[in-house]
Amino acid sequence: MKRRVIFNNKLLPYLLLAPQLAITLVFFFWPAFQAIYQSVLMQDPFGLRSQFVWFDNFTVALSNPLYLESVKRTFLFAFSVTAIAMTSALLLAFLADKQIRGAGVYKVLLIWPYAVAPAVAAVLWLFIFHPSIGFLGRFLREIGVLWDYKLNGGQAMLLVILASSWKQVSYNFLFFLAALQSIPKSVLEAASIDGASSRRRFWTIVFPLISPTSFFLLVVNMVYSFFDTFGVIHALTGGGPAKATETLIYKVYSDGVLHLDLGGSSAQSVILMIIVIGLTAIQFRFIERKVHY
Amino acid sequence: MKKNGLPGNWRAHFFLVIGVAILAFPVYVAIIGSTWDAGIIARGQMPLTPGPDAISNYLQAWGTGSGQRVSGAPVETMMFNSLAMALVIAFGKIAISLISAYAVVFFSFPGRMFFFWMIFVTLMLPVEVRIIPTYKVVSDLGMIDSYLGLTIPLIASATATLLFRQFFLTIPDELVEAGRMDGAGPLRFFWDTVLPLSRTNIAALFVIMFIYGWNQYLWPLLITTSREMGTIVIGIVKMIGTGDAQTDWQIIMASTILAMLPPVMVVVFMQRWFVKGLVDADK
Repeated sequence: MKRRVIFNNKLLPYLLLAPQLAITLVFFFWPAFQAIYQSVLMQDPFGLRSQFVWFDNFTVALSNPLYLESVKRTFLFAFSVTAIAMTSALLLAFLADKQIRGAGVYKVLLIWPYAVAPAVAAVLWLFIFHPSIGFLGRFLREIGVLWDYKLNGGQAMLLVILASSWKQVSYNFLFFLAALQSIPKSVLEAASIDGASSRRRFWTIVFPLISPTSFFLLVVNMVYSFFDTFGVIHALTGGGPAKATETLIYKVYSDGVLHLDLGGSSAQSVILMIIVIGLTAIQFRFIERKVHY
Repeated sequence: MKKNGLPGNWRAHFFLVIGVAILAFPVYVAIIGSTWDAGIIARGQMPLTPGPDAISNYLQAWGTGSGQRVSGAPVETMMFNSLAMALVIAFGKIAISLISAYAVVFFSFPGRMFFFWMIFVTLMLPVEVRIIPTYKVVSDLGMIDSYLGLTIPLIASATATLLFRQFFLTIPDELVEAGRMDGAGPLRFFWDTVLPLSRTNIAALFVIMFIYGWNQYLWPLLITTSREMGTIVIGIVKMIGTGDAQTDWQIIMASTILAMLPPVMVVVFMQRWFVKGLVDADK
């Protein structure tokens, strides 16, 4: 879409773009280029010399069982967070969409967790599930569960999934609610006059109409679980115990920042970049489809 | 509507209340935790009703951020850092995105689409995938442990630019024409017409970007080294340390509640813009 009326200044548009472009170049493109460049270099242990090694860093990363474990773990984590956050949000949105008293109040009471930082969400859940001082942690031990997320990897994973999904429910709720509210009530009424049960109405009318939103949320939730949950994991488990909660993004951080393996960490960064590009492409394809919907 | 009789409504209320309760429960426990003393919490004897020490705990957290076993920076200092960071990021993103979208929409110049795409692809380069090189750039520029280093690298915004571009495209040509008839140059037109028209969009983006800035984690974790520069979110996680039972949980919980207040208040009191911003920002 192009405008017909346009200002004719020669220099001004460049000046207006300059701040954004400067920041983009210095803090986005240059580092991204560096990450790609580093990913094909191998440094000696003292960081004095580096050598061009083609795709060795990638081969090393992708054939490392620890890395593959982390890939599996990340997908398990992302699918669990997405499933929990989306189903509970859909259920809540479905209830809040009914013509009930106080719908506005419920809405406020359901959306605020969005504003809580992931790391703070982690702290809240840690305080509840702490094995010796947490309310539920103590309870679990009292009824005989050997609850200690600092020693048990599965329990640690459970806790980071819980804290991460808790925060994401609000986001999904808002989008599901908007999608449900945009369904014409007359269609639902017509179906109910025709004798369709409420379950049948949901599966034949509501579900198809909200499926574009669901798909969009699926992508957004995956991106969230991949990248934004770093704070949850760092605050709650630090990737442990024994790497049980080390997701891909956490591994980039721990290999690069804590263990200073620049080449390996950069190769992992590049792999993550490819994942983001893929997810973003899917998201935009979807949006185009929605326009024609 | 008559169709929704009493029984159906009761069920909806029942499940919604359960949902609200589950979401609120962790915060409730944190509030309770911030009202007891360290000993009761450490012995695992904290009840689910408020204790007597709320005021002293909050004052201690706000003023010193330290207790018997925790030595942090005062919450006051860290809250100020977070606030500064969130405000600079929110206003910075809005300002530079407004003018770059204005340039792309209202001017015709060589490289227009190229620059637009350049901004657009930064969507695909979140800070998490370029941690180390970005850190190196910031350290080469001498911006480690400073407000500049905390904010400037996060100020570029493809989302905001896209959003303003879309909005500017809906401004009718007649308005531009009328402005030109009145002899308004591009800057005058921007200031007198475009900016006032964008108010709602600016408010909506502000809410989203404020929360984004306040809740930053990985970036301040890398960039800040001194306690005095730390943000509140990082500060709390540092206070917990190894997470022993024997620590000043009451101070940590008071700080946690304080850290949540600003962004949650923004969402609650600017709800309308928040919802608009959230929906717009992801299109």
